[in-house]
Amino acid sequence: MSDLILSLPELVVLGMACAILLACVSRRGAGLVYGLSQGTLFAALLLTIALGPRNRDLAFHGLFVSDPLATVLNSAILLVSMGAFVYSQDYLAARPFLSREYFVLGLFAVLGMMVMVSANNFLTIYLGLELMSLSLYAMVAMHRDSAAASEAAMKYFVLGALASGMLLYGISILYGVSGSLDLHTVAGSLYQHADRSLLLVFGLVFVIAGIAFKLGVVPFHMWIPDVYEGSPTPVTLFLGTAPKLSGFAIAFRLLVEGMEGMVADWQQMLVVLAVLSMAIGNIVAIAQWNIKRMLAYSTIAHMGFLLLGLLAGTKSGYAGSMFYVIAYALMSMGAFGMILLLTRAGFESDRIEDFKGLAERSPWFAFVMLMLMFSLAGVPPFVGFWAKWFVIKEALAAGFVWIAVLAVAFSIIGAYYYLRIIKLMYFDTPEETAPLSCGREMRFVMSLNGLAVLGLGVSPGVLMALCLSAVGAGR
Amino acid sequence: MQQLVFYFFAGILVVSGTLVITVKNPVHAALFLVLAFFASAGVWLLLEAEFLAITLVLVYVGAVMVLFLFVVMMLDINLTPLREGFARFLPVGAAVAFLMITAMVLAVGPRYFGADRVAEAVQHPAGYSNTRELGRVLYTDYLYPFEIAAVILLVAIVAAIALTLRPKRQTKAQKPEEQVAVRRADRVRLVKMAPDERQ
Repeated sequence: MSDLILSLPELVVLGMACAILLACVSRRGAGLVYGLSQGTLFAALLLTIALGPRNRDLAFHGLFVSDPLATVLNSAILLVSMGAFVYSQDYLAARPFLSREYFVLGLFAVLGMMVMVSANNFLTIYLGLELMSLSLYAMVAMHRDSAAASEAAMKYFVLGALASGMLLYGISILYGVSGSLDLHTVAGSLYQHADRSLLLVFGLVFVIAGIAFKLGVVPFHMWIPDVYEGSPTPVTLFLGTAPKLSGFAIAFRLLVEGMEGMVADWQQMLVVLAVLSMAIGNIVAIAQWNIKRMLAYSTIAHMGFLLLGLLAGTKSGYAGSMFYVIAYALMSMGAFGMILLLTRAGFESDRIEDFKGLAERSPWFAFVMLMLMFSLAGVPPFVGFWAKWFVIKEALAAGFVWIAVLAVAFSIIGAYYYLRIIKLMYFDTPEETAPLSCGREMRFVMSLNGLAVLGLGVSPGVLMALCLSAVGAGR
Repeated sequence: MQQLVFYFFAGILVVSGTLVITVKNPVHAALFLVLAFFASAGVWLLLEAEFLAITLVLVYVGAVMVLFLFVVMMLDINLTPLREGFARFLPVGAAVAFLMITAMVLAVGPRYFGADRVAEAVQHPAGYSNTRELGRVLYTDYLYPFEIAAVILLVAIVAAIALTLRPKRQTKAQKPEEQVAVRRADRVRLVKMAPDERQ
């Protein structure tokens, strides 16, 4: 019985997703589906926080773990998904192809992420990953009449399947060595198999390749720009936020909880991935004219920064990475939401020029966008600055001086393309003069999102304390 | 005797597996895959995993591969464009493949996974039921992943239907709810025109 209570948030999401599937048939239409989905996410969020344990609890024969890390990341995933649903609602209502399936598949994807976050076993990690990916592939493909969306879906599907295969191959090698799928048994047995270190590294390479694909880090980043550009914007918004949180979760569970004994081995691999991602992401983003594509390259760069904290190999380093991924999810949610805000029926505002003169059309939203861009660029006092500060500080403390220097240099290069958008908004004359039309709910959440970026930047200690306690007890 | 049977099935498995990726005709490739499934079912039978062996034959050979053959026969696959660029990508591909094979042989070779490294398969008494053991583990220890796998199948069904179900264009069925909800703006467009200049 306690098994069921510990996994109550997951059960609520699953049960309601099935119920909403039935509600899709009703004539009341998309509004009902939307309301029920938001209610489900909110209920799951409340349950997650209410049930949040002080220590580790295992359930379902050790396959499921409920610990502070899972509580924090699950809450963040649910919160970000709620925001994504709010931003997407108007866009979807104006276009017939996605309106109901988006919410149902989105809920199933959220369920997959929650399973990944609270996994204590290779099997659950893999199944959660597949559940999430399968829902996302379908969401990307849902705009069937668009050639770009079909191409994006095909690329995402083929490369995603390849990545899953790699991860599975690495897991099977580790299983062959340790004889167990349980993360903690594997972690304990690493020390007994010192003579098989070659084999362990071989498995580790495949596991890291799988994780890197899912996070979208160079050299496994090729799918990100095409998928971000080709998908309908609400799908890009969903794809670019919550899955990053679960990607961090599996990286932490696999590398830190499962293979901390091999920290010297995966540290070197993460160094290469991090430096390449920061370099390629930031430099190629400058050349983009499509804002979705630009944000895609910016994602690649940010995931490189995220790895800086992990590769430090210390508890405060992991906490820094966790802070980074939560801050990033918040910022990119706002940035993609702003694209949706400018979009109208029959007009996709996915060019950078569409932001020209936004300050004249809507001073408040231009200011929110300014905060988001400053935060992504890492300008104090916004949350993005602290995120970068924490991971670079931890990399320095772990002795990676040259990587810290490179990180600072690349974040300065990256500031160019964020500041360019601010310049377009404030110093150029608008091509469009139509006032922005969007729902009250969206205006409210967007303002809240911008203020959260500022508020967390002014007092980063709250979130950081949460991350530290989550990572400290996750052992 | 058992070893002889094992080498018989293993030999078929390796040969047919190689042929799957080397023969030119896709129908032949699919049929060799069927043969590979049969051979691996035989190997599983030797390990006393009757349930898995029978499921492999029933599900993969009986359902999946037949469907697959249908698709292969329906699609008119033209192989020439697939072979274009073979010579261009060969050097890079060969280099990567060589590196991978070296690494794999070093790691997965007999040094770590040799017969002396793996425990002998347990021989069970005559009344032992592999199926019952499997069912017991599946519905107790592994209940959680079992349920997630079920949800994955549900998502697959939802996705497949959502992606393929299109409203038929040819039907002349009326939709009263849309007809009632029509507004003037949908049907009438007012066009402002400059008055003509009369001479």
